[in-house]
Amino acid sequence: MLLKLVPENTHIKFINYRKFAYVLSAVMIVMAFGMYFSKGLNFGIDFEGGIMIEIGTEGPADIGAIRSALSSLKMGDVKVQEFGAANDVLIRLEHQEGLTVDEVVEKIRHILPSAIEGEISYRRTETVGSTVSGELIADGIMAVVLAIGAVLIYIWFRFEWQFGMGAVIALVHDVILTIGMFSLTGLEFNLSTIAAILTIVGYSLNDTVVVYDRIRENLRKYRKMPMVDLLTLSINDTLSRTVMTSVTTLIALFSLFFLGGEGLHGFSAAMIWGIFVGTYSSIFIAAPILLWVEMRREAYDVDDNSGNIEILPPN
Amino acid sequence: MLNFPRWKIIMITLLSFVGIMMAVPNFLTDDQLKNYPDFLPHKKVTLGLDLQGGVHLLMEVDLTEVKKEKLESKRADIRDALRAEKIVLRSSIRNDTIHFNLTDKSQLEKALDVIDDSIEMIGGSLTGIGTADIEYSVEPGGVIVVKLTEDGLIVRGDEVITQSIEVIRRRIDGMGTTEPKIQKQGTGRILVQVPGFDDPQKLKQIIGKTAKLSFQLVKSAIGPLDRVPPGNERFPMAESERYPGAPDTIVVSRRKILTGENLVDAGLSYDQDNRPVVSFRFDRIGGKKFADVTRKNVNRQFAIILDGVVISAPNIQSPILGGSGIITGNFTVETASELGLLLRAGALPARLTVVEERTVGPDLGSDNIEAGKTAALIGLAAVMVYIFLTYGTFGLVTNFVLTVNLLLIFGILSTLGATLTMPGIAGIVLTVGMAVDANVLIFERIREEYHKGKEALSSLDAGYDKAFSTIIDANVTTFIAALILFQFGSGPIKGFAVTLAIGIATSMFTAVSMSRMIISFWAVRKRPEKLKI
Repeated sequence: MLLKLVPENTHIKFINYRKFAYVLSAVMIVMAFGMYFSKGLNFGIDFEGGIMIEIGTEGPADIGAIRSALSSLKMGDVKVQEFGAANDVLIRLEHQEGLTVDEVVEKIRHILPSAIEGEISYRRTETVGSTVSGELIADGIMAVVLAIGAVLIYIWFRFEWQFGMGAVIALVHDVILTIGMFSLTGLEFNLSTIAAILTIVGYSLNDTVVVYDRIRENLRKYRKMPMVDLLTLSINDTLSRTVMTSVTTLIALFSLFFLGGEGLHGFSAAMIWGIFVGTYSSIFIAAPILLWVEMRREAYDVDDNSGNIEILPPN
Repeated sequence: MLNFPRWKIIMITLLSFVGIMMAVPNFLTDDQLKNYPDFLPHKKVTLGLDLQGGVHLLMEVDLTEVKKEKLESKRADIRDALRAEKIVLRSSIRNDTIHFNLTDKSQLEKALDVIDDSIEMIGGSLTGIGTADIEYSVEPGGVIVVKLTEDGLIVRGDEVITQSIEVIRRRIDGMGTTEPKIQKQGTGRILVQVPGFDDPQKLKQIIGKTAKLSFQLVKSAIGPLDRVPPGNERFPMAESERYPGAPDTIVVSRRKILTGENLVDAGLSYDQDNRPVVSFRFDRIGGKKFADVTRKNVNRQFAIILDGVVISAPNIQSPILGGSGIITGNFTVETASELGLLLRAGALPARLTVVEERTVGPDLGSDNIEAGKTAALIGLAAVMVYIFLTYGTFGLVTNFVLTVNLLLIFGILSTLGATLTMPGIAGIVLTVGMAVDANVLIFERIREEYHKGKEALSSLDAGYDKAFSTIIDANVTTFIAALILFQFGSGPIKGFAVTLAIGIATSMFTAVSMSRMIISFWAVRKRPEKLKI
């Protein structure tokens, strides 16, 4: 007996819940913006510049003692936090005026033994200057915008502009909600986060394209079927695939989240969230949007598929 | 479906075999690799700094200084050339331009000819003549204004970067570390990555020093508060050379007897009291010049100046004819060999400032590898179990091609010499999840066709055919995201994009071609009437 998470021949009326989904998405988007403008993002040094030191201690570290030892250096806002384990500590501070990075690190290395017993191992030191961090932000934004743009063009080319619109709206939706999630949880927003967002863009699109592909196919097959029914049918047709792929990807991601070490925590958290949001948006946003934009169904009445490029398998 | 052409079978098998052979070295120890036949691939995946520990420095070249130096030297050259033609003038540098004010305005034509001759064409190649380094105009009132051209500055900047990279490479090689990566990054930046090294201070000391060395005669009898006479300049003494009662600065003639460029060798040595010193040897011309100057200036003092600080100011007791000498000073064994290394490797043409620095300790690197391995293996195992439970026999095929897929990713990464980073491992784990997608699309389609009442074999056929276009669309879109990530990402992110892109390509190959081939073999042998899917 084979395992089936989704029963065969489902007839869930996803499209009928679209109003509810729109409201839900709108509320979440407003909340994401609200969080972003009130709380902001916890930028890593990649984007904010500054100095970061990760140390390992022999026993559990006394964060309070480290903090007070460092505050005696009068170096402004120094963040001290546990990093994954009790003997792993992350120290972050801004660039100090009049002091080189080496001098700052030297001072910290000098004072830390007073707050920590036993050996201290310096696991990682990173400093990013402000010009570089500015460029990294610019490059990051550029990458996300370009990726969305390129995808819009591809879908337009392969399908029709209505599909391109729908896919891009769903993508923007996913990106906003992911950024909102980072603002809400206070997870560090750094270069890997940008990578995660772009992968979410890729994944969500993957999902959307699979549903769209089926819609296109059904448009040719059932020429007289009302659009609402046709969308519902297409989503149900692809439902077991959607669930299957999401589950395998999630299994891999949860393994990364729990076992992949602290360095990949933010990345895998973002991706896990992205899989949920991406799957949701393909079904509840990308598909019903096709109801708004007027689909020229006559385009599918001709058999030669003009306007579309058909890719045939190599066999 | 059933008749799979022979050439295709051969090609698929061959491709996978080659790919797997390229992956094999990664599973061998270095010792085993030594005894491994020569005709097989030997390359392993390069680990990123986050996995093996090391220092990453991004440095910016101070191009404004380069420009300033170029302006100064151009001004001196043109002024000397004009004076050689008996043209009397005053010159000055203002707002990055050189102004020549002729005393006798009737000499203007002649002066412009001289300036024309002083234009250098730089950056020329076999195909082009290069660009002029300067351009000039005549202001009303007869003042000649010379400025550096934009193109010329770009060429000069590139030269400076290339030279700097050379010098840095020689310096790091001199330290005896393995395989540093030194490359130009954007405009005006140099990226240095030294794996297996975790002392950024030491590294910065070695590559951050300009190491401009010069030998200049000391102008005696000028006190610390006296005005510096024209043609001379004042330098501070190095801390180690300051003695109570002696002045902290020293005035020397602007004219450099010799510079570091005349050195052919330098290194650690010991003087008669067994104290560490730096010994050096001049090239032929340098040795001759040094002999001449020391012969004429016995009993005078000369200064050895390094990056604007006097590190030693010995007396010339007798002419130094052998073309070699030593620099004494308060050296330790370490500082003396360090200076020797810097002098051997040559001076940097411009100052470098560190704009980004990342150091990963070796512990963290190996922790990261362990965590990545565990996550990847457990994730893979869990996904495989789930796939088997869902698709039965078909699931086994998927799991097989998934394993081949991972081997292919490693094979290609090793051959391309791409770097595997922590996000790269994430990319691979993610591929495990997503590679399955192509198979899932196909199997779901087969299942659908079969349940619609098609025969077993034709459902298999229809499944592969109909899923194909969807697979292409879905993968191309993700591939686009990976490409853009590669273009705009930096460092570890690039590693992620590379593994993701390779993973998409290999998963398409394994899911579409290989799994289809295996299933068709199975179908030919079993001739199934029913499909369990």
